[in-house]
Amino acid sequence: MTRARTLTFGQAVNEALRIAMETDPDVILLGEDVAGGGARTGADVDEMGGVLGTTRGLVKAFPDRVLDTPISEMGLIGTAVGAAATGLRPVAELMFIDFLGTCLDPLLNQAAKLRYMFGGKARVPLTVRTVTGAGMQAAAQHSQSLYWITAGIPGLKTVIPATPHDAKGLLLAAIRDDDPVIFCEPKSLLFAAGEVPEGDYEVPIGKARLAREGSDVSLIGMGATVRMCEQAAEQLARDGISAEVLDLRSLAPLDEEAILATLEKTGRVVVVDEATPRCGIASDVAALCVDRGFDFLNAPVRRVTAPHAPVPFSKTLEDAYMPSAAKIVAAVRDPR
Amino acid sequence: MELDHAALLDAYRRMRMIRAFETKLTELVTAGKMGGFMHLYAGEEAVAVGVCQQLRDTDFVASTHRGHGHCIAKGVDVAAMMAELFGRATGCCKGKGGSMHIADIDKGMLGANGIVGAGIPLTTGAALSAKLRRTGGVAVAFFGDGATNQGAFHESLNMAANWKLPAVYVVENNGWGEFTPTEFVIPVKDIATRAASYAMASAIADGMDFFDVYAKAGEAIARARAGEGPTLLECKTYRFMGHFVGDPLKYRAKEEAERWIQTRDPLDRFERRTIEAGLVASSELRAIDKAVDDELAAAVEAAEAAPLPDPSEVTRDVYVGGAA
Repeated sequence: MTRARTLTFGQAVNEALRIAMETDPDVILLGEDVAGGGARTGADVDEMGGVLGTTRGLVKAFPDRVLDTPISEMGLIGTAVGAAATGLRPVAELMFIDFLGTCLDPLLNQAAKLRYMFGGKARVPLTVRTVTGAGMQAAAQHSQSLYWITAGIPGLKTVIPATPHDAKGLLLAAIRDDDPVIFCEPKSLLFAAGEVPEGDYEVPIGKARLAREGSDVSLIGMGATVRMCEQAAEQLARDGISAEVLDLRSLAPLDEEAILATLEKTGRVVVVDEATPRCGIASDVAALCVDRGFDFLNAPVRRVTAPHAPVPFSKTLEDAYMPSAAKIVAAVRDPR
Repeated sequence: MELDHAALLDAYRRMRMIRAFETKLTELVTAGKMGGFMHLYAGEEAVAVGVCQQLRDTDFVASTHRGHGHCIAKGVDVAAMMAELFGRATGCCKGKGGSMHIADIDKGMLGANGIVGAGIPLTTGAALSAKLRRTGGVAVAFFGDGATNQGAFHESLNMAANWKLPAVYVVENNGWGEFTPTEFVIPVKDIATRAASYAMASAIADGMDFFDVYAKAGEAIARARAGEGPTLLECKTYRFMGHFVGDPLKYRAKEEAERWIQTRDPLDRFERRTIEAGLVASSELRAIDKAVDDELAAAVEAAEAAPLPDPSEVTRDVYVGGAA
């Protein structure tokens, strides 16, 4: 493997986009402000590179393939689906996953189903990058973790990396995948740094990552909650409890074998999800443990999730809303 | 594009096939031989054929829930379509699409669509694809008057005009959105005027006249191919049958439909005009009628005899790499 440097999650995403565009002329970016107004006017100004700056620099490298769209999520996602079905490999940016409500049809009824409805004749190699989760006081309409919606739609894949390393490798895999992939970027991780190898590599979709080995309990997280699980494992270790941490990385397809393997090893599962509790990934994992892992269970599966409530604004309330290492430790100590 | 003798006969054959196909489906559904929701295109043949006859296999069209006519006009195999509607393994979608999703992407047919207006952004994307990949292709969206009230329509037209995409947006204004007269839900008299909001070229064609549609679609397609941007083409047409097969049609005056059918049937008008002008012979058209009827009868027979899909197909084709 080539040399690794320290990059932020956002820089790792940017690097993956650049490599994908260098290696495949059919890869385009489109979205709101992915270049940003000034970049095309000839004025001596920097481009915005997306509301969080993630795509900065790409329009200068690929001026014809980085397309600013109007604020028209239905139009831009639907256009990306049509482009994907007819020869391009678009990476569309949905600024925040909360905006899914304005463009669900192109994903739910078009991208996800074209191949099936056409009897296997179509391919929709589309990637939708979107920012998820709480932690920036962005409140109820800019903080949700709605990946449970896309993960529940047959025909779509949904991934959520937890480290800059996986952000780069999973995004390259997502762009090169011939199925539509929803790529979630947890906003609380976007500026977190980590080691990222140089060069071109992929992290396979559908494979969880064992983030920490342990023997007494399995903490299963995704995206921003993986770090919380690791912090909880540190605290538990001080009390002599050995916690394993599994990073799901891919929500659809779900790495069922990795979940069952860690359950078999420890006999206990605490699954930690930033999303609301109903109909979600945490419930899915719990159901899997009961359906296929019942004989391994030494204690009930515990879910640590957000409450069934919108995300609040006040920092105090947002902290109370979010899962945390302390809540995970409490769940481990109180198996019920 | 010049309409020579062969092209005229081909246009008639396509229109006649659409009419015969839809008539046959009515019989089959009524006889209980076919299931599902089905929306028929009879009456609007001049629109699909007048546009699609000028397209290549590498050009894309996206269609609507009323999609059989666009498929036939775009060259999708009629036997494979019939097998699809019978839910057979030999159908053009392996029995997984049915009437509302009938498609053949190899023919540039991006599918009928069960969601009103959803084909419009798909077309915009296909046009973006053609432009960026420099294929020289165009993309055409067919949609009804009702779809022009959807956000997808307005967002798409805005983007396509802004990017000067090689697209043609064909609105088939058949006067009825399901069971509601168009004028009850659209405040403008001519839908084509909606193009002005996007500084987009527009035209109005008599959708019951093949030659008018052909001429105006030809201009729009040429504009798209020349890189001069998209067009909104409104074709004023009429839905001869109900919204769906089985529609009792109690909401529409019988006289209204009879007037359109008696005086403006696109097949009758095509025949009168071409024969009076000495462009084709009546015997040539009757020979096409027979060939079409024979082809359809064979398609029905083959479809009824074709194998049903294996139940294991349920989870196949969800993902490119196989089952989830």
